[in-house]
Amino acid sequence: MLRFLLQRLALLATTLVVASFAIYSALYAAPGNPIATLTGGRTPTPEAIAVLEARYHLNDPFLVRYWDWLVGALHGDLGVSIPLHQEVSTLIGERIGTTAALVAYAAVIILVVGVGLGILGALRPGAVDGAVIVFTTISAALPSFVASIVLLLVFAVNLGWFPAFGTGTGVVDGFRHLTLPACALALTSIALVARITRAAVRDELGREHVQTAISRGIPFPAVVRRHVLRNAAIPITTVAGLTIASLIALSSVVERAFALNGLGSYLVQAALSKDFAVVQGISLVLVVAFVVVNVIVDLLYATLDPRVALGSRAT
Amino acid sequence: MTALLEIEQLGVDLAVEGAQRTVLRDVSLTIGAGEAVGLVGESGSGKSMTARAVDRLLPARATVRGAIRFDGRDVLALRGAALRDYRGEVAFVFQDARAHTNPVRTIGDFMTETLRTQRKLRRPEARRRAVALLAEVGIEDGERRLGQHPHELSGGMLQRVMIATALLTEPRLLLADEPTTALDVTTQAEVMAILDDLRRDRELALLFITHDLELAGAVCDRTAVMYAGQIVEQRASHLLHDDPLHPYTAGLVAARPSISSTSPRLAAIPGRPLSAFEAPEGCAFAPRCGHADEVCVATRPDVATIDEGAARCHHAVALRGRLAEAFRV
Repeated sequence: MLRFLLQRLALLATTLVVASFAIYSALYAAPGNPIATLTGGRTPTPEAIAVLEARYHLNDPFLVRYWDWLVGALHGDLGVSIPLHQEVSTLIGERIGTTAALVAYAAVIILVVGVGLGILGALRPGAVDGAVIVFTTISAALPSFVASIVLLLVFAVNLGWFPAFGTGTGVVDGFRHLTLPACALALTSIALVARITRAAVRDELGREHVQTAISRGIPFPAVVRRHVLRNAAIPITTVAGLTIASLIALSSVVERAFALNGLGSYLVQAALSKDFAVVQGISLVLVVAFVVVNVIVDLLYATLDPRVALGSRAT
Repeated sequence: MTALLEIEQLGVDLAVEGAQRTVLRDVSLTIGAGEAVGLVGESGSGKSMTARAVDRLLPARATVRGAIRFDGRDVLALRGAALRDYRGEVAFVFQDARAHTNPVRTIGDFMTETLRTQRKLRRPEARRRAVALLAEVGIEDGERRLGQHPHELSGGMLQRVMIATALLTEPRLLLADEPTTALDVTTQAEVMAILDDLRRDRELALLFITHDLELAGAVCDRTAVMYAGQIVEQRASHLLHDDPLHPYTAGLVAARPSISSTSPRLAAIPGRPLSAFEAPEGCAFAPRCGHADEVCVATRPDVATIDEGAARCHHAVALRGRLAEAFRV
């Protein structure tokens, strides 16, 4: 177990180094100049440019700048936002809560509704299964920005059940404000998780060991719980984990649609204003979150399936 | 001997790609309490389907005709709790033990599941019984085995676990569907010996399904031979080899390689085995039978009772005594 964890942590560190380099160099190569943004289109004097370049180390060689940034990032210092003159880590800290709550809320919806629909479809062939297929086909085809607009129109504008934008204050109000965005974010992924669950449960139902359980006189609900769902949980966990990890990046669309002050919408805003330090910082946070979710899924996977020997190479 | 299991004119149709296909036709078989009956036949002859029909494990949308009675109960009419209780009295040992055990649950969980969930036994008591039965099937370190998973056990070991598990609920009838076919020869002999011992100790009735005529003869009092979804011959096992009543049985006996003599070629029954749904109008075996005539091709034979045995052949009486010779090279 310990060896497995250490291996995973080493892998995590390697992924982060590679990802950080990719992020840093991509933005380095991107068109646009932070000084132009800073000076707001006016042509500054060469002296002023020199001062600014010196202040933000813009003239250092690429690798030196990357190294400084990486060392800083390891100490929690992600640099300074050039347009806002604020610490990037502070800017991120102010917004990370909203995104985390949104993603967690959407993850719960995906797991409950997606897995629930999948089980329902697999166990009730016919009309119920047909309804599940129709629903998941529609929701899979619906991009989250379209889902956001539809949900806003129906539940916020016409019915007035939920607020249309903002994060609200307090826990209950916060929930109310996050419900529509979380649904919009979850909708596409629900389809995927439901379909995988349906296929996995179907597959397990047809297995010989399930027949053994039935031949031994174990009641069907217990067979489903103890043998079908328990085994189907393995593929479901893999897909649900990957889906939830990808929500972090997808959240930008929904956050903008619902005017939530989260990391995703801020990432888009920062990229538009060439605020490179912020883009790099947020990207790094997203990569870390993605990798951490994957490590958690790997650990879960190993506990769910005893055949996956911890710490050994997959064959 | 009182009949424990009575199968009467059982017929089964399965839905295959929209069409109903007959897999069993007029199967009648009786097993007395404590009696061992062998069911022999080629792949696709309907042996497994018969056992599955007895344990009500046929696929959905199967049509079943005839009757199955267990200890006077109408098996085909059982529902819900009554069906589950019945399944506790009739244990099934499957061919592929690895596929038939849940890979993510421990041996201990697998073995004691029925005792805990159906018989409401407490876990320590259920485990104690499991360890005791494991010792009976020759697994001494049972306590350790209970904590292991199926993939950590060898095939032979796992099949012994399956047998022990089947016996844990103290059934009265054991349906063994080729329990040793997936094992190598030495392990096969071991597992068969264990199965036979335990069965005799417990006076357990056995329906033993195999494609091995000799093995069935060694374990069973009586053997039934199946061909194309029908039982073509039933006879005391020790008579089957030297005095077969049906040309098909004689062909099977002759196809066994002999240990005592060498011959350049093994005798084989010409043609290929048929499934029940593709059997011709008359006798299903007629196209491959050296004794077949117009009568065999035209009409389906009934079961003729001869000397405590039974054969589904028009010429059974006429061919009596000549069949074993006919195939001998």
